[in-house]
Amino acid sequence: MKKQPPLTLLSSSTMSRRRFITGAAASSTVLGFGLHSSLSFADPLADSKVKRMPPQVLRGNRFDLNIGYQAVNITGKDSLATTVNGSLPAPTLRWKEGDTVTIKVTNNLSHDSSIHWHGMILPTHMDGVPGLSFAGIKPGESYEYQFTVNQSGTYWYHSHSGFQEQTGIYGAIVIEPKEPDPVAYDRDHVVLLSDWTDEIPENIYAKLKKMSHYYNRRERTTGDLWRDIKEKGVGNTWNERRMWNQMRMSETDISDVTGETYTYLMNGMTPEDGWKALFRNGEKVRLRIINASAMTIFDVRIPGLKMTVVASDGQNIEPVSVDEFRIGVAETYDVIVEPDSDSAYTIFAQSIGRTGFTRGVLTADASLEAAIPAMDYAPTLGHQDMGMSMAGMDHSAMKMPMGGMDHSAMKMPMEGMDHSAMKMPMEGMDHSTMGKNLNNSASNLGKAGYGTNVGVVHAKTEFGPHVDMRVELMQNGITDPGVGLRDHQQRYGRKVLTYADIRNLTPTIDTREPEREIQLHLTGNMGRYMWSMNGISFADAKPLALKYGERVRIVLVNDTMMTHPIHLHGVWSELETGEPNYIPRKHTIMVQPGSSVSYLVTADAMGKWAYHCHLLFHMPGMMREVWIS
Amino acid sequence: MIDLPKKWLTSGLFSIALIFTSHGVLAGAKDDPLLFMLNIDKFEVRDGDDDSYALEADAWLGYDLNKLRLKVEVERVKGTNENAELQLLYSRAIAPFWDLQLGVRHDIDPQPEQSWAVLGVQGISPYFFDIDAALFIGKSGRSAFRFEAEYEQMLTQRLVLIPEIELNFHGQTDLSRNIGSGLASSELSLRLVYQVRREFSPYVGVTWEAKHGRSKRIAESNGEETDNVQFVVGFQAWF
Repeated sequence: MKKQPPLTLLSSSTMSRRRFITGAAASSTVLGFGLHSSLSFADPLADSKVKRMPPQVLRGNRFDLNIGYQAVNITGKDSLATTVNGSLPAPTLRWKEGDTVTIKVTNNLSHDSSIHWHGMILPTHMDGVPGLSFAGIKPGESYEYQFTVNQSGTYWYHSHSGFQEQTGIYGAIVIEPKEPDPVAYDRDHVVLLSDWTDEIPENIYAKLKKMSHYYNRRERTTGDLWRDIKEKGVGNTWNERRMWNQMRMSETDISDVTGETYTYLMNGMTPEDGWKALFRNGEKVRLRIINASAMTIFDVRIPGLKMTVVASDGQNIEPVSVDEFRIGVAETYDVIVEPDSDSAYTIFAQSIGRTGFTRGVLTADASLEAAIPAMDYAPTLGHQDMGMSMAGMDHSAMKMPMGGMDHSAMKMPMEGMDHSAMKMPMEGMDHSTMGKNLNNSASNLGKAGYGTNVGVVHAKTEFGPHVDMRVELMQNGITDPGVGLRDHQQRYGRKVLTYADIRNLTPTIDTREPEREIQLHLTGNMGRYMWSMNGISFADAKPLALKYGERVRIVLVNDTMMTHPIHLHGVWSELETGEPNYIPRKHTIMVQPGSSVSYLVTADAMGKWAYHCHLLFHMPGMMREVWIS
Repeated sequence: MIDLPKKWLTSGLFSIALIFTSHGVLAGAKDDPLLFMLNIDKFEVRDGDDDSYALEADAWLGYDLNKLRLKVEVERVKGTNENAELQLLYSRAIAPFWDLQLGVRHDIDPQPEQSWAVLGVQGISPYFFDIDAALFIGKSGRSAFRFEAEYEQMLTQRLVLIPEIELNFHGQTDLSRNIGSGLASSELSLRLVYQVRREFSPYVGVTWEAKHGRSKRIAESNGEETDNVQFVVGFQAWF
């Protein structure tokens, strides 16, 4: 059972907007660590000069959140952020399961704003998505959110307007369970990861449209070519690069926006600041890790400590002990660690492309520092990330037996290894008849929990100048740790979490078989920087209609070479990891390049919901409305 | 001559102004915003002569798949324009890596001025060659074809070697402009570019221009040079 030291309780209504009272600071006053318990500032510019602090904690069931501009200095340059209550990240909100919370959000920006409660199951008009849930909050106006908290765990909240997530409107939500917590811990810390840039996000987006590799400073050079030729010979080098050369894509294209412009933050603090998470001797510490980045997928580890993952996206899971895990944008993981009080540990979060990292220090003694590890090697994409089956691919790992498809047509590109034949492998096939399979309602669907048995089917709308790649063979997106992590077990002896390791702690609630299956493809044109689903961008797409009460399977096929974290609002995404009785419930699911994942959805929430890639610059195009009626 | 561009230019400039005034906005995630790009591909002094230079630039205004595109090429040798042309094109994406371009080209130099209709394709071929190929149809059935290809070899993350080839073909002999039919001229060049930042890259390079076939013989009979190697210093820039 948890026994936390008493924390100074703060009521949000008594807080001045620019008072920074932090959970860590407040508790450290009690513990006598001597940090400043409060700071207040006269003008916003002065704020930027002070040492950064983790966000304040707000408790209770009434909250006032004020969205406004805030001068900050994160990189050494004065810059302007958009924040909640002047704080970056926004205040951590601590709720209690069963409470009805009322949150008055006032928008002091000169543009529309909004707050979305990410992962919360609530009525549609409380979901905070402009254009779907409500009209957004106009400049100078307020919106009162009110809903009953029917869940517990770690979540977060952020603006769902424009690119305001990039400029600072994001914060943590921690909900205490009504029933005794099945997770035993003595102390918890929110570890909120984010990416900061002094650039205006609209400019980043424009740059990517003009030069999609703008932020990639890991391009193939003559030196790499020479090294490859020396190691592998001219022939092998040529063959290896042939696919990339013919597809006109880059195997070093891991992230669109990188450490070239980003400073990665932990609880709003830079790696130089080194946020400190304190504990007392012998305590079990629960770290609530939230990826609130705009564009950055992180790999997290704490050298010297095993992490026991106890919750995923707020939901309790069967504890699993790991050394490292990947956290997609918008995902949350709760881990339990048992640190020694005479050591200091680094909480290390490196970006998926290894272009930067952020870190914090987990220590019982605030004066201690921990060694900062070097980042791991920079990964490159392989053929399997392009959805192409090559030598060395484990066919048995493929769960998808390619149901009604013509196997002979599929085998052709696999056997010949002739990459040139792979450019348009589907050309000979009749797409008009195949399109019918997209919404499969046959009775021979794969069993709940095990995923689809329908093969990859490309819609007609996926063909054209707006889509530059289509997978021909879905890889298993459940068992694969992902690009850059696949060899960490052999190379570093680290056990890396995969989705296959995640089992819900409590039995599956809705045990029905899916009534139908929807296959959705994540599509795009990297070079033109266009993103879409099934080749149709949000602006041109019809809403996806779900029948109230139905149990449906969604199969996501990633026809791009990027990892997309996909977030479905309003209802749980129950990830099919091969365990039908303990299906984990998630709100955001990473779909790896060239891979497929499937999940079950119980459409038990009436209304209009957003469904999109949570990479901020993919979201405008790679989005759908889901109408449950 | 060309009246259309005026109207387009006015609305274009208005849109550009809109884009610039919207800088600093912290909201408004539009999937396919109207964007403007100015790309100076080459701006260089040739042979150290400050009155011999070349400019190759291209600007576009538009969306992901449809753009209005302006291309400018000027080549000035010892104070006189050897070549000065403008192209105003509608560019439409027709394949993942290819744009179809339709529009007009106007040559201010060499004199006398002349106009062409343009049908071109621009894009990236397999193995990452930047290709720009265009067919030009002029008055009284005159025709020309231009093919340009370049490749960026990254020596380091910032040092780039760019070989480029340009071939010009003409359908008819045009003695007033000293052009013969067939392959008329070619230009091979090699530039070593240093990316100070993505948007600005100074370079040094060498170009070899040559006349061929009938054009070469016309030049010879006029007592002009038929090929020419020049050292160049310049920069690339875009925003």
